Amino acid sequence: MRTIRKGTAMADEMKDMVLEYVIDEYVDEDDDEEIGYDTPLISSGIVDSFSMVSLKVFLEKKYKISLPDNEATPEAFDTVNSICELVKKFQG
Amino acid sequence: MSNIGSYEERRKDFSWDIAKEVLDWKEGETLNIGAICSDRVCERGNGDKKALIWQGFGGQKKTFTFNDIMVLSNGYAKFLQDQGIQPGDRVCIFMDKIPGLYISFLGILKAGAVAQPLFSAFGDESLEVRLESAGTKMILTTQKHVKKVRKIQDRLPALEKIVVIEGNPDKLKEGEIFFDVEEAPRVEEFQVYKSGPETPSVLHYTSGTTGQPKGAQHVHSSVWGQALTTSWVLDLKEDDIYWCTADPGWVTGTSYGIIGPWSLGATQCVLDSGFTSAAWYQFIQDNKVTVWYSAPTAIRSLMRDGDELVKKFDLSSLRHLASVGEPLNAEAVIWSEKVFGLPFHDTFWQTETGAMMITNYPGMKIKPGSMGKPFPGIEAGILDLNTHQPVKEPGTVGLIAFRPGWPSMFRTYLNKPEIYRSKFVGAKPDAQPEDLRNDENLWYVSGDRASFDKDGYYWFVGRDDDVINTGGHLVGPFEIESALVEHEAVAEAAAIGKPDEVNMEVVKAFVTLNPGYEPSDDLELSIMNFIRKRLSPLAMPQEIEYTKKLPKTRSGKILRRYLKALEWGQEVGDLSTLEDD
Repeated sequence: MRTIRKGTAMADEMKDMVLEYVIDEYVDEDDDEEIGYDTPLISSGIVDSFSMVSLKVFLEKKYKISLPDNEATPEAFDTVNSICELVKKFQG
Repeated sequence: MSNIGSYEERRKDFSWDIAKEVLDWKEGETLNIGAICSDRVCERGNGDKKALIWQGFGGQKKTFTFNDIMVLSNGYAKFLQDQGIQPGDRVCIFMDKIPGLYISFLGILKAGAVAQPLFSAFGDESLEVRLESAGTKMILTTQKHVKKVRKIQDRLPALEKIVVIEGNPDKLKEGEIFFDVEEAPRVEEFQVYKSGPETPSVLHYTSGTTGQPKGAQHVHSSVWGQALTTSWVLDLKEDDIYWCTADPGWVTGTSYGIIGPWSLGATQCVLDSGFTSAAWYQFIQDNKVTVWYSAPTAIRSLMRDGDELVKKFDLSSLRHLASVGEPLNAEAVIWSEKVFGLPFHDTFWQTETGAMMITNYPGMKIKPGSMGKPFPGIEAGILDLNTHQPVKEPGTVGLIAFRPGWPSMFRTYLNKPEIYRSKFVGAKPDAQPEDLRNDENLWYVSGDRASFDKDGYYWFVGRDDDVINTGGHLVGPFEIESALVEHEAVAEAAAIGKPDEVNMEVVKAFVTLNPGYEPSDDLELSIMNFIRKRLSPLAMPQEIEYTKKLPKTRSGKILRRYLKALEWGQEVGDLSTLEDD
């Protein structure tokens, strides 16, 4: 049974949206991993670096932004929190 | 002094028997790669030497000596025998780069079975196609990946055993077997299967332009090619700490991530965690890696993260760097010389060749961007694109070809001898695989285009077919297109490679939609994720273009080359066969 564990910071809509996408697309239904805003995604193997591309496309289309390749690094995509920071930076 | 010494001298007086000298091989020894990479190293007094330094997610670390590798691979071999696995049976290894992958690989070979490693990121459809084709009898996997096997097992009558080697045994389903070799009784001695030079050893699947992936069958005598190239090209010596970043789901990960280094008794490191530049540099620093064999995609990703990051780590242990998977661009060679003080040495070979064919050597001048020169003992040529005769003029682009007969050459495509035959220029229509691979009058054609210069260096130009090389992995367009049309919205599809700064190529799909569907961002994501889950992240289109109609020949075949030429800004060529609008 998968569990969404929200972080201690005040939840915001973007974080919930990204977290939900990650869980829907990258986590199997019968996985019992707890995933929250600070859970490592790339460095823990939940999202492999090739699959990161579809996450990038999701963010670009959802938030009408363009993420340059040199910013869309595995480090920047490693947690929901860091992903949202990146998105906000390019939302201007 | 490098192991190869003078390249020119080595070419003059070459024999593959030199590989036997390098391994100090005695006639009468059993030619079994599983034993050569473990038992034999121990028998030669190196049982206590570190064989594998492994690091996984979350900083987990494990170290295995050659004695550990010998005993644990015996454990796998005995387990296979107890489960009824017979010599020649295909046993698939489907897991991340955990120690069990490396050790079970040797165990399978020791039992006389054929190891069939598959990339753990494959989706269930990619897995099914390859297991079905091979008639695989057993699959070794982990709790993390067994779910994909469960989805397809009912359609695989030959698959008798599903074995989970890591995870929680309580999570297994009925009929599945849990086997933890480290918890099982130690098997100090095992009667290794007495394989010979032509006994099948490893089965690697590779993609082509048409049809489903094909199984390239290798044999135990491939070790001569793998050991000698490891010695001469990677320059591995007694005290080296070697890191091959490739996944053994692909041929580099077995030829040079297992067989090459361990046949020579070298210590190797494995990092099984997601890629970040900092983590890779940290790994080199922590383990004092001396020889590093990586891929252009990774090198370009490191370049992108800049020079300053490199300076934060002590990478002074590095002494030799090499690269494989796709052509290494000149900028990457120059950059590595600047930041590491060492150039990456590009190497060219493929699943079918089993070992390096055209490479850059320690001590030989590197021309950045060049593939290097043919390995001693390899007769390479460039064949005219139309006549298939060897070209003599430097700078002429043609097909890269090799005279057959090197030891690590694949012996056939499993159950597809006619496709094997089609890879040889000059083959008689009824020639059998064993005739083809020994006929020095033929040319084996690699499927890549290149030219050579006046100094004999080869320069890669591109594929001669529609196969997509993304991040050093070959992806077949047919496989992607077949999966695309299974998406409910897609009527027709074409897949091509489009240029990419880091991965060389990424997949781009052109699709026409079924009635009732309209192009949208959500649909694009849905199609991308559909392919990612069914095939693999590598096969996932990174761009989808909606079109009303796909270009086709009058006979209805989709003209990928037309789409590719447009995408790459090239001449579209002869369109006389194009269907009228």
